[in-house]
Amino acid sequence: MDQAWIPLLLSLKVAGWATAIDVVLGVAVAFGLSRWRSSARELVDSLLTLPLVMPPTVLGYYLLVLLGRRGPIGAWLDKFDIRLVFTWQGAVIASAVVAFPLVLKSARTAFETVDPQFERAARTLGISEAAVFFRVTLPLAARGILAGALLAFARALGEFGATLMIAGNLPGRTQTLSVAVYAAVQAGDDSTANILVIVTSVTCVVILLAAGRLLPQRSMASVR
Amino acid sequence: MFNLKHSLIAAVLTFTLQTTAHADEIVVSAAASLTNAFKAIGDAYEKQHPGTKVLMNFGASDVLMQQIVKGAPADVFASADQKAMDKAVDEKVIATGSRRDFAANSLVLVVPKDSTFAPASVKDLTAASVKRVAYGDPASVPVGRYTEGALKQAGVWDAVSAKGVLAANVRQSLDYVARGEVDAGFVFSTDAAVMPDRVKVVLNVPTQTSITYPIAQVAQSKHAADAQQFIAYVLSPDGQKTLAQFGFKPPVK
Repeated sequence: MDQAWIPLLLSLKVAGWATAIDVVLGVAVAFGLSRWRSSARELVDSLLTLPLVMPPTVLGYYLLVLLGRRGPIGAWLDKFDIRLVFTWQGAVIASAVVAFPLVLKSARTAFETVDPQFERAARTLGISEAAVFFRVTLPLAARGILAGALLAFARALGEFGATLMIAGNLPGRTQTLSVAVYAAVQAGDDSTANILVIVTSVTCVVILLAAGRLLPQRSMASVR
Repeated sequence: MFNLKHSLIAAVLTFTLQTTAHADEIVVSAAASLTNAFKAIGDAYEKQHPGTKVLMNFGASDVLMQQIVKGAPADVFASADQKAMDKAVDEKVIATGSRRDFAANSLVLVVPKDSTFAPASVKDLTAASVKRVAYGDPASVPVGRYTEGALKQAGVWDAVSAKGVLAANVRQSLDYVARGEVDAGFVFSTDAAVMPDRVKVVLNVPTQTSITYPIAQVAQSKHAADAQQFIAYVLSPDGQKTLAQFGFKPPVK
């Protein structure tokens, strides 16, 4: 079972980190976009949504060129002996980029449906802008953000194309579930592939069931 | 409505005709290391046989073999090692008696062009300064199996495979070296010759088994005659000359 447990734990770790990064960045950007009054707003939104429609191999190639040892960002990081290509951290970045629009879209919709009267009421009671955000706006938008985070986690867990291009296929280090399935099928190792796809399927069902318990029915509808 | 119906029918007809009309179209599944040589051979063959279209499908030999076993409509299979072809024969997907060796190759260690790493033998790959070494996945890529054999013979397989980056085919291993993402990589000498400005050969690696390429007709091929003709062309002086231009040696008899 080792050949399934190690990729499973790695997949959960990578998807978990990617979701955490996406939630922090996605909430910040979504809040900014929902309050920003500018004609460039939709353009920025579209640009940030690109990873949702672009083929993951294209994203993987961009990331490889940027983050590789000879790339502009990779060469700079190399000075500090930080390498992203062929590491699990590289897989986190690939998954985070691919899943980012899912958090952004859900969070932006959630922020825009918060009734501004509640925020105004809070301000008249004299609390700071930060407190308005953390005690009024964010709790009211939490369900939508949670739904987005769940979608992002599921997408990150299944990430394959960009991950394979940047993190490669290093058993035990960057070989996530989906990459392990690919490697097993390529090698014609059907018995390993069978175990891996069953583990993957069970994991997905568990996540959906957990989501059903965590989220109220209405936000589940948006996930489905 | 009438027009829409007609254009729909036309579209469906075009689609079905396109998928069935090309009787003289052969699909050649060939090892990734043959990419450049077989493209040239395919072009030359098409010139000699007007009306026959040669479609190339390049990949790791075992992947191509798996596709054929699962029913992919390939007509010719050219593998980078005997093991992938043996498995195809065991699975009874190869036309009996059609298997021939057509080329030989050698294993080399390459490093990025600007690298200062100059190993005296593969044992130097165990040095701490070498962080990552690329080679094909031994489970599905012939160059990986040759590498595993050579490193086991030198007694450094465990130490080197701990730094291993598994490539999906030999050209990916070459690409990882060319981009400088790994410190060294194992490829065939013919692959190294594809990127002389980005990689350099630092070692000729002796292999346990000689590297010979077999070619054969796929049993379920619907264009058996064309497939046999293509194999004959690869074995002919013209085909062999093209292979030699890309650095392949004649098969060891």
